[in-house]
Amino acid sequence: MKSLNRRNFLKSGLAGGALATFLGREKPAQAREFSGYTNKGTGVLVDLSRCVGCRSCEAACNREQNLPEPDVPFDDFSIFDTERHGGLKRRTSEGVFTVVNRYNPEELDHPLFRKFQCNHCEEPACLTSCFVNAYTKTPEGAVMYNPKVCVGCRNCMIACPFYVPAYSYSKPLNPIVEKCIMCYPTRLKFGKPPACVEACPTEALTFGSRVNVLKFAKERIRQHPEIFVDHVYGEKEVGGTAWLYISPVDFKKIGFDMNLGHQPIINYVKSFLATVPMVLTIWPALFAGFYRLANRKDGLKKDNNEGAREESQS
Amino acid sequence: MKRYTAKGKIPVASLTNEDGKTRYTLVNKLLLGLSIREYIIQALRNPMNWLLGAIFAIGIPMLIGRFINGLGSVTHASYDYPWGLFLGVGLFVMVPMSASGFMLGTTVELFGRKDFKPIERLALLNGLLGYFFAVVYLLVDLGQPWRLVYPMIVSFGPAAVLFLVAWHVATYLSVQIVELVPSLSEWMGWKKPQVVIKGMILGLTVAGIILSTLHQGALGALFNYAPGKVHPLWYSAPFLWFHFLCSSIFAGLSMVIVVSTICKKTMAWRCDANFLDNLDEITFGLAKGCVMALSTYLIIKIIAIAHDSDWYYLLTGWGAWFLFELLIGTIIPLVLFTFGIKNRMAGLVRFTALIALFGIALNRLNTSLITFNWKLYQEIPHIKEVMITITLYAIFIATYRFILYRLPILYTWQSSEKVKEEA
Ligand code: SF4
Ligand code: SF4
Ligand code: SF4
Repeated sequence: MKSLNRRNFLKSGLAGGALATFLGREKPAQAREFSGYTNKGTGVLVDLSRCVGCRSCEAACNREQNLPEPDVPFDDFSIFDTERHGGLKRRTSEGVFTVVNRYNPEELDHPLFRKFQCNHCEEPACLTSCFVNAYTKTPEGAVMYNPKVCVGCRNCMIACPFYVPAYSYSKPLNPIVEKCIMCYPTRLKFGKPPACVEACPTEALTFGSRVNVLKFAKERIRQHPEIFVDHVYGEKEVGGTAWLYISPVDFKKIGFDMNLGHQPIINYVKSFLATVPMVLTIWPALFAGFYRLANRKDGLKKDNNEGAREESQS
Repeated sequence: MKRYTAKGKIPVASLTNEDGKTRYTLVNKLLLGLSIREYIIQALRNPMNWLLGAIFAIGIPMLIGRFINGLGSVTHASYDYPWGLFLGVGLFVMVPMSASGFMLGTTVELFGRKDFKPIERLALLNGLLGYFFAVVYLLVDLGQPWRLVYPMIVSFGPAAVLFLVAWHVATYLSVQIVELVPSLSEWMGWKKPQVVIKGMILGLTVAGIILSTLHQGALGALFNYAPGKVHPLWYSAPFLWFHFLCSSIFAGLSMVIVVSTICKKTMAWRCDANFLDNLDEITFGLAKGCVMALSTYLIIKIIAIAHDSDWYYLLTGWGAWFLFELLIGTIIPLVLFTFGIKNRMAGLVRFTALIALFGIALNRLNTSLITFNWKLYQEIPHIKEVMITITLYAIFIATYRFILYRLPILYTWQSSEKVKEEA
């Protein structure tokens, strides 16, 4: 476990003198790339080079969130061989908020493990797509879900670019969306790191304010260019995420989607949303105009026909 | 029914009996003026009823099972494909095919094209039922259907496209109900509503256009949320909503052509001369509308590919599938419609409308299911999911027919005065 608050970071951060100028240049560039970048909440760095695939985080999450007994016990590593539909690796599901998957990139002589859970996006697609506003992003950065208002349309699952939310299809009465909540009610709210972070024996997970965690990630890459590829996944992807990843191999090879772009998902919908007020204001006038035009023609015709019709009716 | 009409039985089409004095009772009207025995006999003679019965016998228990055992028991409960056939067919295919109501409403009421009047009510009914059943499908698909009204009263997510869809479908459904009240009140013999609604019709029609433009487009915009999941050939952030809107125009019109053909073929006894005699002319008129919408659609489809420079994808397998859809769903109907109109071949136009409907269904399913998650895997729906979808559609057809048999949709209601005059 490694918890990083602002003061701690400053201590370690000051060690690297060049860092300040480096970051000074980087920030305005981000600000131009996407709006709504808060820089306020907390975040977690997942250092994939340190993860050993012990599944302690999975077990801790299960305990913390009172999830059902897993199908395969947490100390059974054969689970890494399981494949689901389409030859895909395991994913989050009903009762499983985080999973660790194993990859075998050819440039490494050892396997690489990747922990995966809700990334707590800065501009969450799940949140913006939900028509009853079931999601909230807390100031601490957690993306929370309110099962009391959820209708179960599952639009959030369509929208989440990381395929995170799962739905308890098996429940007939009150199926809900299930996903990692960054341990908000039990820990994050009180400034404590999430259970999975605390449980990690190799310090692969680092918790702190997102800004600091990001600086820390970049610093690690800078210090060990021989280990890491120069990319912090989640810094900019879909508008930035609270959970960040650094990796020794190309992210594409270990199941990360590298085509998501830097725009928050909501930006793709804006072109449509912009037409709504237009239609609402222009249409009535336009069609009322059409109506008057058409009926003037009609009126003329009526004048001609009226006489004849009256005769035939009497 | 045909046999009865041949024997001289006239289906109820006015408030009073032939002698002009006794009023038909509600039972009379419901039984189409037949005795119960006669009614049952004719119903049993109709093979369609047997087919519907068989579908219900298998499907309805499954439908009930869905509510007892949960969605997981009838679908593949996929996290990657949260929307399956229920929405794929029930929402994304049904709604464009129901765009007929607002279009014919606009043509007749706004543009004053009275020549389309005989089919206006059919188009309105088609719209109303289509939307109504889209909601039914939605209720079956929602995890917690009893919360359907939440976006209206409990909790609002106004930035969400689905919020707009929910509000619009709800409002538009009410508009359509109001627009059809005249048919019902004629049948029931109420006077007042007819007068009231006559005065509202212009407002209703304009409301219909606004709501339809927005929510037809919004259905497309729902997929704007999934840029990485829908295949790029079907995805286009700036154009997707416009594709959906534009294609809903010919989908709605083609649906009216197809439904009116079915009516003409299978329930001619219920149609009056005004409907039957004008139908061919109207069909050509509708087809002209289709041609305009289809050509616009074809152009914006190509523009979208150029805009996103997706040309490369056309060479892949998905590209071939895309071209197939474009060919069968857009180009072929476009050519056939034009040819049919030119040579005044009503039969060809009707057949083409059917192809166009197939094309539109294919497009919607491609967007919502088939090419969705193209990077992952293709989901094949659970057999029960297929069965329930068919069952719901069968209920749709049965309801449709029930109403067409009775309300003055295909025929003009004879007001009591007129009946007296004739007598
Ligand atoms: S990862 Fe998915 S579920 Fe989590 S916040 Fe982002 S969009 Fe929402
Ligand atoms: S499934 Fe629930 S949380 Fe997700 S978008 Fe629909 S209503 Fe919102
Ligand atoms: S943050 Fe909490 S809920 Fe999320 S994966 Fe970790 S332990 Fe589970």
